[in-house]
Amino acid sequence: MLLGAFVGFATTYHTGSLWLGVIAACLAGIVAGLLMALMTVYIGVNQHVSGLGITLFCTGLSYYAFRVIFGTPSNPPQIQPFGQADILSNVPVLGQILNQYPLTYYAILLIPVVWWVLYRTNFGLKIRAVGENPEAADAAGINVYGVRTVALMIAGGFMGIGGAFLTLSTLGFFTFDLIAGRGWVCIALVIFANWNPIRVLWGSFIFAGVSALQLRLQLTGVNIPYELFLSLPYIATIVALTIANRNAAYPAALLKPYKRE
Amino acid sequence: MSKLRLEKAPAPAWVRPVIPLLAIIVTFLITIIFIIWVQANPLHTYYYFLIAPFTSTVTIVELLVKATPLFLTGAAVAFAFKAGYYNIGAEGQLTAGAIMGAWLGVLLEGTSAWIALPVMIVGGFIGGTTWALIPALLRVKLKVDEVVTTLLMNSVIVFIVSYLLNGPWRDPVSFWPQSPDIAESAMFFRLIPGTRLHFGFILGIIIIVSIWLVISRTPFGLKMRAAGSNAEASRFAGVNVEKTILVTALVSGGIAGLAGVGEVAGIHFHLIQGLSSNLGYTGIIVATLGALNPFGVGIAALFIGLIDTGSLTVSRALGVPVYLGQVVQATLLLVTLGMFILTSYRLKREG
Repeated sequence: MLLGAFVGFATTYHTGSLWLGVIAACLAGIVAGLLMALMTVYIGVNQHVSGLGITLFCTGLSYYAFRVIFGTPSNPPQIQPFGQADILSNVPVLGQILNQYPLTYYAILLIPVVWWVLYRTNFGLKIRAVGENPEAADAAGINVYGVRTVALMIAGGFMGIGGAFLTLSTLGFFTFDLIAGRGWVCIALVIFANWNPIRVLWGSFIFAGVSALQLRLQLTGVNIPYELFLSLPYIATIVALTIANRNAAYPAALLKPYKRE
Repeated sequence: MSKLRLEKAPAPAWVRPVIPLLAIIVTFLITIIFIIWVQANPLHTYYYFLIAPFTSTVTIVELLVKATPLFLTGAAVAFAFKAGYYNIGAEGQLTAGAIMGAWLGVLLEGTSAWIALPVMIVGGFIGGTTWALIPALLRVKLKVDEVVTTLLMNSVIVFIVSYLLNGPWRDPVSFWPQSPDIAESAMFFRLIPGTRLHFGFILGIIIIVSIWLVISRTPFGLKMRAAGSNAEASRFAGVNVEKTILVTALVSGGIAGLAGVGEVAGIHFHLIQGLSSNLGYTGIIVATLGALNPFGVGIAALFIGLIDTGSLTVSRALGVPVYLGQVVQATLLLVTLGMFILTSYRLKREG
C-alpha cells in the first residue's frame, strides 16, 4: 500500500498525470503481489512472516526511493491532487455526501464487481475452490498455483491503488508513516466481513465512521485526550475481530501453502 | 555419466548453518541494483557496509550497542515462534517495557543501584507481559488470530506514549515532548566508560542463554516445541497446548519489554516518541535469520547491528540514503525465508 502510495505519487509528480499515477501504483502493487506469490505459493513459506517481510521491503524501498528521487527537501514536494468529481453534488439533501473523489466512486463500484467475479464466474469458482480444498481442485484440473498467483496479483493491484488514493486524492504529498497500519486493518475487515465483498463495504463504512467520529469528537472539545480517539479504529478492529471470529467462515485452506506431492 | 537430481528428503545436516550465509550473499547480489541506481560503486558501498565498521573502536562499540536490543527482541520473537505463536507485537511490548522503565526510573530517585536495577528489570518484564496479555488470551480462549491483534496493539501503544508525553509525563524543562530523566541509580551502568554500551548487552546474552536452556533442556521447552510443530498431536499426547502457548506468549512479551527498559535505562534515560524505531519488527528478521535458534539469534543480532552501523557509514561516506539498510534487511529476511526450502531437498547423484 505504501509502495502504491509512493509510486503513484512519484509517477504523477513526473508525468503530471494523476491517472498515470494510479496505473503505476496498480502495477507496483501487482509486482508486490507477484513477489508474495513467489514466496508463499511456489516456495511455500510461512505467510505471516513473508507478508511482513514484503511489507518491510516495500516500506524500505519507498523511503529509499523517495530520498534518491527527491533528496531531503525542506518542503515536501506537492502535486495537485484529484478534485472532487462534482457530478452528483446537485442531488438534493445528499449532494454533500455523494460528492466524492473519483477513486471513491470506483472503489464502491468495485465491490459488486468483485462479488460478481467471485460468485458468478468460472474464475471466481476456481478461486473459492482453491481456497477451500486445493487437493480436490487440483484433481479437478484447476491450476492451484496459477489461480493463487493471479488472485494475489489482483489483490496487490487493488492495494496499490488504495495506497495511491491517499497520496493522489486526499493528501497531495508523500510522508513517512503515511499508511499507519491501514493494510492490517483491512485484514481484520475481511475477517469481520466473513469474506463477503458486500459486507466488506458495510464494514468499511463502520470503520471509516469510527475514524470520522474521532475527528468530530476532537472538535467538540470534550475533555478527553485526543489520542484515545486516534486509537479507537485499532481498538475497534480488535473488538470486531473478537466478535466476528466466533462464527467466521474461514476458507478451509487459509494460510496453508499447497504442495503437490 | 552421473546426473544430479533434486530429491525431496531432509537435506544433510551441514546445509542448515550454511543457508544464512548463502542468503547474505544472495541478498547483497540483489541489492546491487539499488546501489547502482544511485550511481555508487557497489564494492565501495559494501566495503563501508561490512568492513569499515570494524576499522575503528567507535563503530565496533556502536555495533554492539545496536545489537543489544536486537538480542532481546530477536530472542522474544524466536521464543514465541518456536511454540507456533506468531508474536508480531514485540514492537509494542518493547514500548510497554520502556513506559514501565521511564515510570519506575523516576520513582526510584534516591535508592541504591542494587535495588533499582532489579526493580527496573522486573518492571520492564511486567510491562511487556501486560501488553502481550490481551492478544495471548484472545488467541488461547477465543482462537483470535494473534498476528493481527499483536500488530494492532503496536499501533495503540504509540498513542498511549503520545498521550503520556504531551500530558501528565511531559518534562516541563525540556523543549521536546519527553518524560523527565530517570534517577541516576536506575540507569544501566556502562560496560566501557565513555561509550553507550551498557548493562543491557549482558542482559541480552543472559536471556539468550536462558531461552536456549528452557527450549532445549526443560520439559516446558519440549511442550513448547511439541505445540509449535503439531498442536493436535501434542494435545493428544496430553500436553496442555493452550497453557503452554499462553505462558510462551507472556514470556516472549516480557523479553521484548526488557529491550524497552534497556533502551530507556541505557540509552535515552527518558521516554520519547518513536523510541523503538522498528526494533520489534527487526527482531522478526533476527529470529528468522537465526533459524529460531537462540545462538543463531545472537549472531543474527550482531549481523543486523553491523548493517545498521554500516548503513550510517555508507550514507556518510557515499551519500547513499540510510534506508538502504532497511532494504537490505528486508531483502535478507525474504531471501532467508525462501532458502529454508533447501533444507527439505537434497541433491542425489544418479547413474
